[in-house]
Amino acid sequence: MSIQTVEDTKVKAFPVKPAEIIAFTAKARRRIDPLAIVGRLATALVPPAVVILILLVVWQIACSSPTASLPPPSQVWSEAYDLIAHPFFDNGPQDIGLAWRVLISLQRVAIGFGMAAVVGVALGALVGQSVWAMRGLDPVFQILRTVPPLAWLPLSLAAFRDSNPSALFVIFITSIWPVIINTAVGVRNIPEDYRNVARILRLNQLEFFVKIMVPAAAPYIFTGLRIGIGLSWLAIVAAEMLTGGVGIGFFIWDAWNSSRLPDIIVALVYIGVTGFCLDRLVATVGVFVTRGTTAK
Amino acid sequence: MTAYLKLDRIDKSFARGSQVSEVLKDIRLTIDKGEFVSIIGHSGCGKSTLLNLIAGLTKVSKGAVLLEDKEVDSPGPERAVVFQNHSLLPWLTVYENINLAVSKVFGRTKVRAERHEWIMRNLDLVQMAHARDKRPAEISGGMKQRVGIARALAMEPKILLLDEPFGALDALTRAHLQDAVMDIHARLGSTMIMITHDVDEAVLLSDRIVMMTNGPAATIGEVLSVPLARPRRRIELASDRTFLRCREAVLKFLYERHRFVEAAE
Repeated sequence: MSIQTVEDTKVKAFPVKPAEIIAFTAKARRRIDPLAIVGRLATALVPPAVVILILLVVWQIACSSPTASLPPPSQVWSEAYDLIAHPFFDNGPQDIGLAWRVLISLQRVAIGFGMAAVVGVALGALVGQSVWAMRGLDPVFQILRTVPPLAWLPLSLAAFRDSNPSALFVIFITSIWPVIINTAVGVRNIPEDYRNVARILRLNQLEFFVKIMVPAAAPYIFTGLRIGIGLSWLAIVAAEMLTGGVGIGFFIWDAWNSSRLPDIIVALVYIGVTGFCLDRLVATVGVFVTRGTTAK
Repeated sequence: MTAYLKLDRIDKSFARGSQVSEVLKDIRLTIDKGEFVSIIGHSGCGKSTLLNLIAGLTKVSKGAVLLEDKEVDSPGPERAVVFQNHSLLPWLTVYENINLAVSKVFGRTKVRAERHEWIMRNLDLVQMAHARDKRPAEISGGMKQRVGIARALAMEPKILLLDEPFGALDALTRAHLQDAVMDIHARLGSTMIMITHDVDEAVLLSDRIVMMTNGPAATIGEVLSVPLARPRRRIELASDRTFLRCREAVLKFLYERHRFVEAAE
């Protein structure tokens, strides 16, 4: 007798009582219910919309007096309307829309963070796998990871003698630590049984890395990547303020120097929304890639 | 005649700092090709250590494991292990789990279509072909263990090592799987070594039962031959005199002569 037959009886036995209910929900599921979708959207969007509205009103009232040092939302809207309405305008080398600036910064983050992800996972695997590597490297990592991103900038400017590679290096060095540390923890937590399976199959180092280590540690790796991309977005804005160029960070510095406060506020919104999207992107990729890895 | 598998005066001790604890002492055993041997003993007596030594997952301190007169001291697919908790990789489907083993072991000798056929044949053998695209989390404990057995069989091992394969399963599922293993043993004539702490299971499945004394420094206390004809049917055996005599012998060994002393844990 097989397991299959046991299963069959289970399935048969189950829907006997609530048969009507099952037929009903099956019908309802087939049609898309517009009311339900609107309702779900409303519960997700109304509370934040209300909160934002209240904040805007408070801000408007607080900054409306003639002595206020910061512009109220109405002034931001009227003075920075160009930036809000046309994110993609392009009027020459230094006069471009904020979306372009964000894209340029994102490109830097992509390169710096991409390198950090590759090197970080490799180093983390080494530290997680080898006791000697851990003893030697872990104290170094623990000290270096507490160094603030911008403290690296003078050194990297001196080393690279150019602003763009320096900015990339700052992103790299900022975002690599959580990737290394989380990967190492993930690799150390690989169940002994998976290692035994690999040993019995005589998987070589590379096969073990690709087929066992990376998938088994994937949930940890993605936690590290998610923290890392958040840090690198923090670092790029600060680094660009100092190194110049056309990124969103430099735009804020430039606006400050020419006293365009409304522009700065619009840029902050762009930065926040982009950071949020980056975080969500990595989280979504993580959920997709690590599907099934944590289940027992 | 030389033995298929020979355990030649094996000692195993673990050192923790300056403290050395002796787990196994002077293990001598020969196993013939096609034999089904169970190793039974109280928990903590080193049964699993012995299996790991045969698998090569841990190294012997003294003595040697000889397979077809060749010493083995590292793990390999010719001594496949069915682990107690199945050890399927949760991110791979049932098919992919077996494919990992098959493409590693037969990657050079079989073309893709042959490998596919081989995977499906092993899945059929454990009646799991219907679940080929499921992930381990989506199937029951008994099914997982079936897939674990299929994965081990797919390596075409010289010896199949089963480490308490049914320990975590309920009684009904366990009976199904015992029948499945007996069926596979009869069809393939494979050599199998199984660790168990279930007396009925040992008598039902084995040609010989190896009974271990209690640790520390456990060794083989007695080896009992089970002269029951195959195929064996559990219902007929329940009142069979030979079966009952074997069962009694094992029980007597475990509970009279080598009573497990709780305080020793």
